[in-house]
Amino acid sequence: MKFGIIVFPGSNCDRDVAMVTQDLFKQPTRMIWHQETNIDDLDLIVIPGGFSYGDYLRCGAIARFSPIIKSVIKHADQGKYVLGICNGFQILTEIGLLPGALIRNRDLHFICDRSVLRVENNALPWTKAYHNQQVITIPIAHGEGRYFADQDTLKELEDNQQVLFRYCNNQGEITQESNPNGSLNNIAGIVNKKGNILGMMPHPERASDPILKATDGRGLFESIINR
Amino acid sequence: MATYQSRIYVTLRPSVLDPAGVAVESGLKQMGYTEVEGVRIGKYIELTLTASDENTAKQQLDQMCDQLLANTVIENYCFELIEK
Repeated sequence: MKFGIIVFPGSNCDRDVAMVTQDLFKQPTRMIWHQETNIDDLDLIVIPGGFSYGDYLRCGAIARFSPIIKSVIKHADQGKYVLGICNGFQILTEIGLLPGALIRNRDLHFICDRSVLRVENNALPWTKAYHNQQVITIPIAHGEGRYFADQDTLKELEDNQQVLFRYCNNQGEITQESNPNGSLNNIAGIVNKKGNILGMMPHPERASDPILKATDGRGLFESIINR
Repeated sequence: MATYQSRIYVTLRPSVLDPAGVAVESGLKQMGYTEVEGVRIGKYIELTLTASDENTAKQQLDQMCDQLLANTVIENYCFELIEK
């Protein structure tokens, strides 16, 4: 699988993702400067974490107008894969490729911590390597990660099983206490209706290299590579 | 062509929790302003725009707000326009 990782001014998790896809999983990977527009050779586009354009105005609001984004929309329309992590998730909602928005955390803090997640749907190419309802630990690092959508959109997400990851406690129970940022329905990651676009606040690339003693994110990369 | 000064106000939709507004409200209450309620924090943007007439300027501002200045999933906006 050929990976492409978009680099905006202010991206800072781009090389972490490349480290995983290229060095750990030995997949062809190239960095895509946001001014580029030709990505026809790629199977999966990663929009990485960071602070694109300094998060000015709103997180992801300005990145959305970069030249590369038109190509990303075309890529997604063709049914090819797009993965937005953290700032990438914010950008995907700003583009409108995923519904809802990510807003200031409930308690106003930037949270850098390990988050416990429950895999809600393992029937998709993103999560096949996990058991259904598996409890995994993946780091989060964000100030604006509170998932918000209107009630109709939320219902649609739930009815179509588009919620892939939910914040939970160590027992896998979905509780208010285990919700770090106040996300509605404890949502940590969602896909579009077709399932080829995934946005998530947690960073699977930070939990993939065994040297870090945290490897629960590997399943995501294994799943999509062996889809 | 005319030049317009515009003041744009972007506010969180009423259905969206505004924890910063809640924090400021509790600060005001601690100062003794106990009658205060409903504090909501938004954004204020100024810009100068040249357009053929007021309607065109308004149309352009609507588009700017819808496409960039506000995210209508979570925010509402309104603006004032003053001919310079």
